[in-house]
Amino acid sequence: MVTEAKRAYKVIGTRPLRPDGIDKVTGRALYGADIHIPGALHARMKRSPHAHAVIKRIDASRALAMDGVKAVVTAVDLAPGGDLSKLADPAQNILAGHKALYRGQAVAAVAAINDQVAQEAVKLIDIEYEVLPHVLGPREGMQSDAPILHEALRTRGPGAVDGPTNIVAINQAAFGDVDKAFADCDIVVDDEFSTKMVHQGYIEPQAATATWAPDGQLTIWTTTQGSFPARESCAQLLNHPISKIKVIPTEIGGGFGGKISVYLEPVVALLSRKTGKPVTMRMDRSDVFEGTGPTPGTSIKARLGATKDGRIRALYADMAYENGAFPGSASITGTMVAAAAYDIEHVKVIGYDVVVNKPRTQDYRAPSAPAAAFAIEQLIDELALKLEMDPLQLRLLNAAKEGTRGPMGMPYKRIGHEECLRAALDSEHYRSPLGGPNRGRGVASGFWFNVGLRSSVNVSLQPDGTVNLIEGNTDIGGTRASLAMQLAETLGIPYEDVKPTVVDTDSVGLSDVTAGSRTTFGTGMAVHEAGKNLIKEMTARLAPLWQTTPEEIGFDDGAFRTKDGAKSGAFKEIAAQLAGRGVALTVSGSLNAGFLAGGGFAHAVVDVEVDPDTGKVTILRYTAIQDAGTAVHPSYVEGQMQGGAVQGVGWALNEEYYYDESGRMANASFLDYRLPTSLDVPMIDTIIVEVPNPLHPFGVRGVGEPGIVPPLAAIANAVTHATGVRQTQLPMSPRRILETTRGIV
Amino acid sequence: MVTVRLPASLQPLAGGAASVESDGATLRALIDDLERRFPDLGERLLEAGAIRGDVMIAVGADETRELDAPLPDGAEVHILPAIAGG
Amino acid sequence: MSGRTHVTTTINGERIDFLCEPRQSLLEVLRDELDMTGSKEGCNNGNCGACNVIMDGSLVNACCVLGVEADGAAITTIEGVANGEQLHPLQKTFLEDAALQCGICTPGFIVAAKALLDREPDADEARIRHWLAGNLCRCTGYDKIVHAVLDAAALMRQVPAKA
Repeated sequence: MVTEAKRAYKVIGTRPLRPDGIDKVTGRALYGADIHIPGALHARMKRSPHAHAVIKRIDASRALAMDGVKAVVTAVDLAPGGDLSKLADPAQNILAGHKALYRGQAVAAVAAINDQVAQEAVKLIDIEYEVLPHVLGPREGMQSDAPILHEALRTRGPGAVDGPTNIVAINQAAFGDVDKAFADCDIVVDDEFSTKMVHQGYIEPQAATATWAPDGQLTIWTTTQGSFPARESCAQLLNHPISKIKVIPTEIGGGFGGKISVYLEPVVALLSRKTGKPVTMRMDRSDVFEGTGPTPGTSIKARLGATKDGRIRALYADMAYENGAFPGSASITGTMVAAAAYDIEHVKVIGYDVVVNKPRTQDYRAPSAPAAAFAIEQLIDELALKLEMDPLQLRLLNAAKEGTRGPMGMPYKRIGHEECLRAALDSEHYRSPLGGPNRGRGVASGFWFNVGLRSSVNVSLQPDGTVNLIEGNTDIGGTRASLAMQLAETLGIPYEDVKPTVVDTDSVGLSDVTAGSRTTFGTGMAVHEAGKNLIKEMTARLAPLWQTTPEEIGFDDGAFRTKDGAKSGAFKEIAAQLAGRGVALTVSGSLNAGFLAGGGFAHAVVDVEVDPDTGKVTILRYTAIQDAGTAVHPSYVEGQMQGGAVQGVGWALNEEYYYDESGRMANASFLDYRLPTSLDVPMIDTIIVEVPNPLHPFGVRGVGEPGIVPPLAAIANAVTHATGVRQTQLPMSPRRILETTRGIV
Repeated sequence: MVTVRLPASLQPLAGGAASVESDGATLRALIDDLERRFPDLGERLLEAGAIRGDVMIAVGADETRELDAPLPDGAEVHILPAIAGG
Repeated sequence: MSGRTHVTTTINGERIDFLCEPRQSLLEVLRDELDMTGSKEGCNNGNCGACNVIMDGSLVNACCVLGVEADGAAITTIEGVANGEQLHPLQKTFLEDAALQCGICTPGFIVAAKALLDREPDADEARIRHWLAGNLCRCTGYDKIVHAVLDAAALMRQVPAKA
């Protein structure tokens, strides 16, 4: 649906085939583990079997004595001057120094003539540990008697107490006077919520290959969401000049935030330097679960107050986010987004970042927001129940809109939250009866930032009037198409006349990560700029041919025209005239699209049925609603919405890092850590709302992330309505449902 | 006079205040003023004469990196940490 | 290192001989020995389906089959699904229906769906969802994949497959 008068686009809004599609349906596309460099050694990681332990001694002599073993590296190889006390925090997560802080943390790596030998050699590395008590869980980590992970860590932020602690930072978002406002409210609801650590669950495990040439030129092939950030990380970790590092991004088999940080890249680089040979390393699935960065588990206490006519007046929340073993910042955005979907005058949200003996957490699609929404959107549901109001109408009454104070304190520009809510209210799904016993319907809203950041593209005009588009953002879900479409739109040419290519870090200007819902938005802006530059350059070259000045030539609707209308020519025609005259026509677009990119809202309507005997929750129907600003390629917008929804289903119903008493993740396989399958979900209906983003030339909003924000809460609300018991803890596994509803359902 | 709003992470650098007033007529003058009054805060904002890459500044609803544009009287200036996403 | 076994197979219609160690999986042989990297490794224990191939008419996870077990077998991998430049209807509909995002699971899904439609050209949504439950996709939420398989089935019923 289009909610505002939409500009007429020729290419944007259509559904062309993606340029990389053929390679991906025929098995030709090369992903991280598909890079086979002749003569490459194979490497494997030795990982800590303990959740928290001092590393007393590493003895690799038995491994090195094995036939076919070429080199072993440890943190000593990463530490400046080989001095482990100088090993910085990011390096400790590549190879552990004095301490192992979580089970699965990499401690040493072996390179050998093949993978089999490397696996055998890993077993022969002898490591002596002194096992320490460990702590799991955000509130547990905050206790004053909890085992301390980092002796030197001191809390940052208001209310910090001096002394050793696991609390990294206390963040706060405060507006108005919550205490007074709660006292004035007619109705106050509160509860405590918790969510578990979950993994992004990309299907392609990390894999990297490196060659370190004798002149110090380091080439790295890797599956990454950001080849430039990977280059910068490697430069810092290896203390090696950026100019000597080339990162070649392979196709990427999913990321969702989990393939921003480097893990294997610096290690294969070190091993290649040591051996003088190419070195390749691939994670297996348990490595991915135990040794990469999942998203934090949380504990959230929240309170919401409203007047009897349904105006939400005050929000208080106390949110603890796990950071895993090293300091992170999940609670910063957590505190910001807690109230972001609503116009609430009095807000106080306190966020704690807490280190615990689990893998260092990383971003996962709208990081921090789904857990915050799980709490707040359930309290809103509770308010609606108590006020006997329709939960969507209650949200609409309080919805953030243009001018409302946003998550960062400044007012929103034009946003589409109200439009999403109206679309939900008007949807066939919401108006249809639920039917049947043990069923419930839940709704929830979600907000996530978009960011812009830095992007660079090169565009060159070909003699046949087609254009090549060179870009630096790895294509994780169709961005070659969405960028080519924006260039075609800018130039007024068919989509098929744009040939996009993703290149390495030597071949295009700096481009930030493919993350933060930014590529179609931010790199799209760079593409638009490059398109404008190409038109300008073509106009300049055309002027003498038309015996006029560039100022007299305009470009509109895919054609150059003199202002007097005497001369005109379509893009392709002019391109052919200019071909062969003068030097090649190559332009670039390079910009910083900033941090504020407009913001995105998503909504979910979900119907569930709860089996009273087994506790199993079945998703009967799911409608995802989202403001895309302008949907560049609607099929891929729908795909983002559907993918986010189903990841949310997994998070809500099944997924969790399940720890045993020793601090071991007991379910580090796809058998036991159960992602949703095709059998677990119905078709996911989508409603694309289009409220153009004033910050983008085509009105685009990033669409990758908001869709995962509402489902946790929407499903919990649905299960609550089905069972009559408020669901405050994830996952809502059959066991959990039976425990909470026994005797009630 | 403009009001500068600070995030929790930067408030300790400004004596714990969530917002401070300044009479800076441009962003540059404002940051100079903050730097004089709160040296640690100033250091967190600029790098080689430009706004640091991990800091975001907005005047009203608009993000800006232009140090010399005039600040309207009564404006709210927001200083925020950079964020990204998955 | 153990001795290597001589294995004779037919892969995508061509006779292929290879030597492999007894411990090597068919997936390792395909990817590392024969450079056929279209079959992907997502879990290496039969849970994700990214390495699906058809072996003597049965859908298998190549990571759970030993290379030596392929002796005398006829195998179809993703590389053999298209007929030269002619895409298989499933490949066409996966593209047209935007049934892939990152694409890493796509070869497994296409091979698995082919195994189904070869046998059950009239498979409905419920059957397709059940059949594909051994293939994990983390990007799409399965909606467009199921649609693509339904659309391919319709195409194949229209124009009986030549292959």
